[in-house]
Formats: sequence, structure tokens, C-alpha cells
Amino acid sequence: MANIVIDRIRKSFGTFEALKEVSLTINDGEFVSLLGPSGCGKTTLLRIIAGLETATSGDVLIGGKSVIGLPPKERGLAMVFQNYAVFPHMTVYENVAFGLRMQKADDARVKAQVEKAAGLLHIEQYLDRYPNKLSGGQRQRVAVARALAVEPKVLLMDEPLSNLDALLRLEMRTELKTVLQSAGTTTIYVTHDQTEAMGLSDRIAVMHNGVVEQVGTPVNVYNYPATRFVGGFIGNPPMNFIKVPVTNGQVAAGSEPLTAPKDSGNEVILGLRGEAVQLAPLPLGLEMKVRVAEPMGSHLLLTGSIHDQPVRVILPSSETVRSGDVIGLKLDPNRITWLSPESGKSIPAVTA
Amino acid sequence: MTNNRSWIPYLLILPSVAFLALLFIVPLVQTIWLAFSDNGVPSPANAQRMMADINFTRSIKNTFLLTIAVVPVQLAIALAMGTMVAKVGRGRETILWVWTIPLGISDLAAGLVWLSILQNSGYFNSLLLGLGVIGRQASWLSYQTPVALFFAIAVAEIWRGTAIVMVIIVAGLNQVPKEFREAAEIFGAGPWTRFWRITLPLIRPALQSALILRTVLAFEVFAVVYALGGRNFPVLVGEAYNWQNQNQNYGVAAAYAVLIMIISLAATLIYLKAIKVDPERLP
Ligand SMILES: Nc1ncnc2c1ncn2[C@@H]1O[C@H](COP(=O)(O)OP(=O)(O)OP(=O)(O)O)[C@@H](O)[C@H]1O
Ligand SMILES: [Mg+2]
Repeated sequence: MANIVIDRIRKSFGTFEALKEVSLTINDGEFVSLLGPSGCGKTTLLRIIAGLETATSGDVLIGGKSVIGLPPKERGLAMVFQNYAVFPHMTVYENVAFGLRMQKADDARVKAQVEKAAGLLHIEQYLDRYPNKLSGGQRQRVAVARALAVEPKVLLMDEPLSNLDALLRLEMRTELKTVLQSAGTTTIYVTHDQTEAMGLSDRIAVMHNGVVEQVGTPVNVYNYPATRFVGGFIGNPPMNFIKVPVTNGQVAAGSEPLTAPKDSGNEVILGLRGEAVQLAPLPLGLEMKVRVAEPMGSHLLLTGSIHDQPVRVILPSSETVRSGDVIGLKLDPNRITWLSPESGKSIPAVTA
Repeated sequence: MTNNRSWIPYLLILPSVAFLALLFIVPLVQTIWLAFSDNGVPSPANAQRMMADINFTRSIKNTFLLTIAVVPVQLAIALAMGTMVAKVGRGRETILWVWTIPLGISDLAAGLVWLSILQNSGYFNSLLLGLGVIGRQASWLSYQTPVALFFAIAVAEIWRGTAIVMVIIVAGLNQVPKEFREAAEIFGAGPWTRFWRITLPLIRPALQSALILRTVLAFEVFAVVYALGGRNFPVLVGEAYNWQNQNQNYGVAAAYAVLIMIISLAATLIYLKAIKVDPERLP
């Protein structure tokens, strides 16, 4: 059992609070992504779990045991560093073998494990080379192979595929997922690439300014963002936020008004996924002024405004809308996220 | 455009080359000529006279022994100091500053400092007397106590010359990103393994520079030895000095100078070969 419990971790660098009470539980064998913009504290959190950084307060438990006082090597984990940290004075082979050598594994096992990991990451042909002669993406794969070779119970990866081209990244992503799943490795995967996080993770933890804003399955986080930040950070195009007036508990949206959530005041923010709309004739639908219509092949991307606030929506490519048109949109009440204009947090909708 | 300007780098380098040529190459050629000529004709007479001198073998032996005793100790201490100071957060600059104080003291002054400690009426004897360890003043620096004298000179040299090694080592350590050590730690390497297998190989260039510099300087040891041991502990530079000033024999003095240079060049060559720095294997 190697579940990870992060319990109210705080970390300050001088007066700057990099992490403000982060709590997160990762189940045994689970794949959790830490997703968030640059500087939000992802690496810091990972380093605290690994034992490379001391938390200001809080606890980290691995397999039910507090590891906060243990040195890194006694925590039983492997890590892929954001800047790879591939040893320049060792060949790729010795780099990948490093963890096994430290465990005093016999040569046969070292060889077998190195070849397995190298094969997975497609670096077999570089095994005799020194890392300086490799490209960034190749070095990054050496770092991943080094971590996989020890078959850790817990694997921490800090943007391990950030330097690969799109095609290779997609392939590596799938292979990583397969390998880690079959080995039952508990994985924390740092990325700021949301499609990567969506595609790989059992659950995603979205971080912002040293706080975990939401933890949930990719579908959950996508459809029901807990905060305005999460909705805006996840999804391409990001969620639309339209500030609308509330009258008698209702929000006007064409001829069929929407029921506003109970505890909304005079105004509420309507969070709308670009694809959660349908074209409707005008007095019936909510009015949208289309500024640019971009046929993307698979879909039609419309940029314009609703209530004079910028929005981007997606329609099936079969629809014909041209730049400058004024169209009506029917909203799916079940796919609307209501947000408080003051706190930016979501407000539960009234279910009929 | 750029091709027409290819002479500019040469022009900029010219002053330093001219300066070096004037103040280094010319005296060097003169010295070599002086060493291997006699009354204006080439001759091995000076070299033969040097080798026949009773102090010749002793001075070579002493210089090498001192170098072999001092340089490894200095390197070890410098590595220990550098590794320790890397762990310090606040006050790091101050510690480094204190440690480098001996750098600012001339070698003769350093020799005199240690003389005041170790001479018969020095601080060391006063301390031992005060503690009742010895009954009367002991002598540490005479020709009757060669081991103590050697030891005293070695300690003084270590005290004086370690700082420069440390400065170079610290600079080298600063070049190694902490992630390398951290990665090794994550994958199960203890402090010793990290030091031997990660840190040391990664500071090879600094190690090489420090060793070359320190060894060459060790072969040129003179003032500290002269202050502490006088002629009781002959070393190569000391002999050159004696032939030059006491014996007024510039030829033999030049032969010594050439010998020291050859030894230094050989040591440098050995280090360059032994501690190969492969740019391919550096961060
Ligand atoms: N050793 C340190 N001293 C001071 N501030 C630090 C230190 N390490 C990190 N920080 C600060 O903490 C914040 C979080 O840094 P962190 O490296 O965790 O970000 P990140 O989420 O990994 O970003 P990125 O996606 O760019 O890697 C940043 O504002 C950073 O400047
Ligand atoms: Mg980071």
C-alpha cells in the first residue's frame, strides 16, 4: 500500500507563501496530475513530498506512515526532475542503472531493467552516449527511464514530457500510463498542459497561487469547475463567463428564462462551456453577436459577445454562421456553472 | 565585413603578448642560457656543479616530501571546508572571508607568525610549560629535530596555502546544480556515495586547476621554510637563493631555477593526463 496523504502543508520562502495549506489524498495505484500555471507551487509541493524541501508546517504520509522526518532515500519513491538532473558524467546506461546500483542489484537484473526502461522510452540507441550529446527531449526520456527502472511504489514526475514533440509526447503518454497502471504505481504527475492532465489522470488537482482549487476526475473538473479560475484554466476554448442580472430568481436567456441558484444576489456569473449550446431561432434563443466565425473542420468556432461580454462558442461544422451574424443560442441548463461574482466560487444550481 | 576585421582580436591581444614576452619569455631564455653556458659557450658545467652539491639531493627530497605531505592534506581540508560551507545559508560570505584571510598574508609574514609560535621562547612552548606538559623549553625547529621541523613547516604551509585551494573548490562546487545531488539522494545514495560518485566527478575541472596551482606553488616553497628552518631544511628555491646571493654564482642558481620549472611543468602535465577533463561529461 502506497497511498499518499498530504495534510495541510504550508511552505514559505521568507515572507512569500508558496503553498497555503495544501491537502490532497492520492490513493494506492492512482494517477493524479497537479495542474496549474507557472509559479503556482507544483514543484515545491513535489519536492516536499520527496523530502528535498522542508515544509513550514503540515504532514506527508506515505502508506499510512508519516515521512516528514525521513530523508528522501527512505521514502521509497522515484522522481523525474523538471530540469532532468541526468548525471552528465555517466553514460545513459549508467544513468538509468543508477537507482538499481544504489540498491546493489546484480548485473543481470540491472541489465534487464535498464533495457526494459530504455525500450519503453525509445532510448536504446543512446545507451552508450553521454547526456551532453543528447537533445533536451532525449535527456528528459533518460530521466523518466531512470525513475521507471527502479519500479518505484511512488513516482513523482515534474513535467516529464514537456520537451517532446507533440507526436512523441502522445505516444509516451500512452505508454507511461499503461506501464504505471499495470505496475500499480502511485503517481503524481506535474504538468501545465491540460490536455495531458485530462488524458492521463484518474484525478486532477488544479493548483493556483499555492492553493489546490479543485480535485476531481477530468470530466468532473471540466464540467463542474469549482472556481472561476478552474473553468478558465481548463478547456480550449476556456469556459465563458457572462455576468447576468437576476430578476425574481430568474435569469433571462431568450424566451425561456433560466432558474438562478438560490443564494445568488442581484447578479450572478453564468459559466458556459463553449460546446454546451445549440443554435436556436432568435427570439427563442439568447442573442449572440458573432464577430468572427472560424470553420475548423471538425467544428465551427464562433467568437463574439453576449450581453456585450466576450464569448467563444462551438457549433457543429454543419451549421452555417458567418462573421457579423447575430444568432440565437439555446443553453443546456444542466451544463451551466453558476458562479458568485464576489468570490468566484461556484454556487450549486437549483435542481428541479 | 567581418572578414576585414579579423586583425582586431590580434590587435587587442597584442599588448598582453608583448608584455608577457618582454617580462617572461626574455628572462626565461636568459635563465636557460645562463644555466647551460659557461663564459659564453654552451656547457653542462653549472648543472654538474648543482648536482654535485651536498644539499642537492636533500633539497630535492625535502621539496618532494613537503609537496607530497602538504598538497593532499590541503585538498582534503579544502574539500571538507567547501562542502561544509555549501550547507550554510546565512553567514556564508563571512565564513568564506575569514577562511581566506591567510591568502592576504605574504608567505614570509606567515613564516614569521609560525616562528613566533614555535621558536624556543614561542607561544607553543609557553603553553606546554603552562600546562606542565614539558619541564623546560623544547626546541622544535633545530637540525636535531628534523621530524618536528618538517611537521612545523608542513603545518605552516597548510595553514597558509589551503585557502587558495578552497576558493577554487568552492567556485567549482557552485557550478554543480543541486539537483544532481538531490537526484542521487532520491535514488538511494548516501552522503559518501554522493560525494564520491556525483560531486567529485563533477568538479573535476576545479580539482585539476587547484591541484596544478597548489602543486606548482608547493615546489616553489621558500619563505616559510626559510623563516622556520633557515638552512636546516634545504629546499630547491632556497638553494637557488643561496647560490645567487651567498655564493654569487648565477649559473648554478639558474640551473636550479630551470630544474624547478621542469619539475613544475612535469607535474602539470601529469595532472592534465591523470585528471582528464572531458567537456562532454560536464554539466
Ligand atoms: N528556493 C526558493 N526560494 C524562494 N522562492 C522560491 C523557491 N522555490 C520556489 N520559489 C517560489 O515559489 C513559487 C512556486 O515555485 P514552483 O517552482 O513550485 O512553481 P511551479 O508551479 O513548479 O512552476 P513551473 O510550472 O514554472 O515549474 C514561485 O513563485 C517561486 O518563485
Ligand atoms: Mg515547476
